[in-house]
Amino acid sequence: MNKQITVTVNGTQHTLEVEPRLLLVHMIREVLSLTGTHIGCDTSSCGACTILLDGKSIKSCTVLAVQADGKSITTIEGVSAEGAMNPLQEGFHLNHALHCGFCTPGMIMRATELLEKNPNPTEEEIRWGIAGNLCRCTGYNNIVKAIQYAGAKMRGEALPSTEPEFV
Amino acid sequence: MIAQPFQYESPGTLQEAIALLQKYGDDAKILSGGHSLIPMMKLRFATPEYLIDINRIPNLAFIREEGGHIRIGGLTREAELEHSELLKKHYPIFGDVTQLIADPQVRNMGTIGGNLAHGDAANDHPAVMIALRATVLATGAEGEREIPIDDFFYGFYQTALSPGEILTEVRIPASAKGTGSAYHKLERKVGDYATAGVAVCLTLDGSGKVGQIGIGLTNVNPTPLRAARSEEALLGKPLTDENIALAAQFASEDCSPSSDLRGSEEYKRAMVTVLVKRMIHKAAARAKA
Repeated sequence: MNKQITVTVNGTQHTLEVEPRLLLVHMIREVLSLTGTHIGCDTSSCGACTILLDGKSIKSCTVLAVQADGKSITTIEGVSAEGAMNPLQEGFHLNHALHCGFCTPGMIMRATELLEKNPNPTEEEIRWGIAGNLCRCTGYNNIVKAIQYAGAKMRGEALPSTEPEFV
Repeated sequence: MIAQPFQYESPGTLQEAIALLQKYGDDAKILSGGHSLIPMMKLRFATPEYLIDINRIPNLAFIREEGGHIRIGGLTREAELEHSELLKKHYPIFGDVTQLIADPQVRNMGTIGGNLAHGDAANDHPAVMIALRATVLATGAEGEREIPIDDFFYGFYQTALSPGEILTEVRIPASAKGTGSAYHKLERKVGDYATAGVAVCLTLDGSGKVGQIGIGLTNVNPTPLRAARSEEALLGKPLTDENIALAAQFASEDCSPSSDLRGSEEYKRAMVTVLVKRMIHKAAARAKA
């Protein structure tokens, strides 16, 4: 039996008829055509499907669309205006924090909550903070730098160097 | 992966939820954090016909001190346990354990009630609750009943909860003076289930002797296990290296780990020995701090 739900996604309200077994990530990608949220492992391990549900980062492959009824969702498409970059996107761009880019939307959504809760995290706190997001390209160092860059920018402090790190 | 079709119910009160559970019996499953259940449903290891979502029931998520107890609502998220000042003050073991449960996103959803009610010996809260001598509160049609943690875990994925009951609260004695607690699990990578995990909570009296002690073991037995002989070996005694070594040896002998991808039986027993020693030292250091 289908269920009617109302969700606010990136500021726009949608009323949808969904099957209870529809996963939130499938609602986002296939019903709302917001394909920036990726499906990686589909087992809540990799974090590629991370979105914000009422401001909290969650893995949308392990939540049902019906659970989001009445709630507010932010996906990567909603973090900045079309054509602009927010501090995290800018940090990832300038610090070369992505190669293939598959993990990036999930990384940025996770880092959004991380910086909101802890605006000035240590490197260790960042690494624990993104422990639920896998990246198979970068080796994480530049992702950590990108989040540090975004933190500094959001705090209004001097920006760290974005010279690429060659190892 | 898509779950088998099911009917979704989202009751607004505890009474409604219990009535639905009574009505649907074994065909229903409770949806709390969902991070054990939904993966199992996607793999079709679990195929409930009715899913009773308790997330919209008010007053099931709380952490408070009341009447000499720490009271934790069943729907309290791991992330809330992780950052609770009250728990940090009484039992820093909650900081240890929550950081080792899955990852931040999963902790935003996962609940303490679900972690216990799932009845999985690989979950981390059961051993901690054993060490803390917690009481589980289950609410059903006949009202609320208290289940001591030692009577809660029956067998493989089996708990004392009946199909019509919801785990609504966990109650732990407020910490006495000189109490220290610690948890660690050996894991292959962040968020993994334990190769072996050990929870220790102890209270030292004025002369440095062990007044109270609880030791719980994770994922080295078909059920979460109390290391009873280890506790007896330390109760009323000073924490000498010999006493601690004996307690660690007893725990490694009394558990029953199975060889799997995480290690051989022998290796897991060896890790239990190491972790029991380390957690006793860590809990004792916190008790003295």
